[in-house]
Amino acid sequence: MRTVYLDNNATTRVAPEVLEEMLPFFSDLYGNPSSMHSFGGQVARHINEARARVAALIGAEPDEIIFTSCGTESDNTAVLSALAVNPEKRHIVTSRVEHPAVKVLCENLVEKGYRVTALGVDSSGNIDMDEYERSLTLDTAVVSLMWANNETGAIFPVEEAALLAREKGILFHTDAVQAVGKIPINMKGNGLSMLSFSGHKLHAPKGIGVLYVRRGTRFSPFMIGGHQEKSRRGGTENTPGIAGIGRACKLAGERIEEENTRVKELRDRLEREIATRVSNIRINGGKALRLPNTTNISFEFVEGEGILLLMDEFGICASSGSACTSGSLQPSHVLRAMGVPFTMAHGSVRFSLSTYSTDEDVDLVIEKLPPIIARLREMSPYWKEGSVCAAE
Amino acid sequence: MWEYNDKVKEHFLHPRNAGEIENPDGMAEVGSIACGDALKLTFKLDENKRIVDAKFKTFGCASAIASSSALTEMMKGKTVEEATKITNQDIADYLGGLPPEKMHCSVLGQEALEKAVENYRGTASPKKEGQIVCECFGVTDKEIQRAVKENHLTTVEEVTNYTKSGGGCKNCHEKIQELIDAVYIQPIEEAQPAKSTRLTNIQKIRLIEETLDKEIRPSLKHDGGDIELVDIIGNRVLVATRGACAVCQASQQTLKGFVEWKLRELVSPELVVEEVAQ
Repeated sequence: MRTVYLDNNATTRVAPEVLEEMLPFFSDLYGNPSSMHSFGGQVARHINEARARVAALIGAEPDEIIFTSCGTESDNTAVLSALAVNPEKRHIVTSRVEHPAVKVLCENLVEKGYRVTALGVDSSGNIDMDEYERSLTLDTAVVSLMWANNETGAIFPVEEAALLAREKGILFHTDAVQAVGKIPINMKGNGLSMLSFSGHKLHAPKGIGVLYVRRGTRFSPFMIGGHQEKSRRGGTENTPGIAGIGRACKLAGERIEEENTRVKELRDRLEREIATRVSNIRINGGKALRLPNTTNISFEFVEGEGILLLMDEFGICASSGSACTSGSLQPSHVLRAMGVPFTMAHGSVRFSLSTYSTDEDVDLVIEKLPPIIARLREMSPYWKEGSVCAAE
Repeated sequence: MWEYNDKVKEHFLHPRNAGEIENPDGMAEVGSIACGDALKLTFKLDENKRIVDAKFKTFGCASAIASSSALTEMMKGKTVEEATKITNQDIADYLGGLPPEKMHCSVLGQEALEKAVENYRGTASPKKEGQIVCECFGVTDKEIQRAVKENHLTTVEEVTNYTKSGGGCKNCHEKIQELIDAVYIQPIEEAQPAKSTRLTNIQKIRLIEETLDKEIRPSLKHDGGDIELVDIIGNRVLVATRGACAVCQASQQTLKGFVEWKLRELVSPELVVEEVAQ
């Protein structure tokens, strides 16, 4: 059975070009880049090249790039660094729809005595900029807002928000794990202090992340150890991962236009066709400015896990924000923050495409999904033909 | 991804008895859309008062649908009296087991069956008994204690797996722990009716052996464990744990909270259970 992989916000396939770039570091180029001999030194040159490629994708300088192990490590490093360099400040501003890497960290910081303002969102997933501005105080050490939401693809106006923070001397971090490679990002001239992203969301392997720290931003390391990454992140470099993410960033730069044209059109067609074939649905975040590859569709009166398992029978891979699939007993915190009614929240399915997605992939979903929804609704005690839709 | 066994998957992919019986003899609706699973159960009796047909409509995950399918299959052919003996564990066993986090799906089935029988007998009470403990999922103290007793639950996490209570805001975790404690640590006076006549040593030993055999081992074996009586010295009952108990981190709690409590209740309030390595 062919795998129809439409879960690229969870992780992506490693691009063949990326794998090829990495392989020598598992064999011939095993040297330690910190070594004095030229055998190790040649590896350092490859790391420099990768750093330049990563910087180029987001309009940064190479010395603003720190390699980490994953997006979560970058997020943790950024927020904790901001608090460490502002020991007198005890307030953090974030949102209610952040990834757990920021959300749970902030919840832990509350227990350590910090005050956290978690901004709410409207039904489209947007924050209220006036409310945001009012939340910034003299006591605020850092703002951490995601650039794009992993579940709905909704994009926050982080550049505008960062400028407001900078005026008040507040450090601004963004979790851009879902945004980098999907929408153009240029760090020159925006007010962001720190930005996190991860390799495995843009066709590099798992185990490599990036933290951008703007020149002149005070910084306190999270991983303490050797002098690697200019003493900002101790630990021997993940040389294959770094070479891989360098190549992946170069590829992402070359493909970003395709992502915003062909992939976006595929996503739009998927949404459109599902909407004409299935009643009582809601596109979560559909009215927001969104990533080109993501759609989050709620099917009223059915539960997401069933949809995923029935699609699995056809090799279709997607995600759901239902309670049964969220690892807790409540539906996704993002959909709850958006006020999505329970009749809809439990039946949400996220499809996230990539430049590897094809017309055939989308055709298969359009063919298989409507009967799956009909079948589950037939079994649902809440479903009646012609039910009034709870969507706005 | 949940690790569903083939039987659960089969009942999810090909559910038996999906639908609704018109003019049923008994029916019930349990759960709610807010909680993420809900089940509408209907059944019909034949002239001999046996359940001739049962149907379900379920909103919920794969294991909720599979549990509903299993329940309706199990009900058919039974009298109402026989059907009421089906427990949530029976439903899980019928399916060859459910992941621990999904046991609440089998509890939902049992609850629907009880409510449908109450509806048939005309004894349905409109209100839930007891005090709501978990506000997120509307679970009462009575429901939690019943699940603890019937399934020998010892941790808050297990209670959440079986009843969903405590799975939301977590504010009730302390209260749930208190309810668990109350089940295992009952006041000795209460649990000790008219057994205080003095026993001879031989009587005591026999009674301890009998209690271990009839009251304690079946429960432990249910969870894959066992217990062996090593010696009795005065009021000290020396035992060794076997099977799953020997490697279980909660075995101390089981020994004190369950084994000792049972022995004190049924033999003598002065007994102390001690574990010896064997």
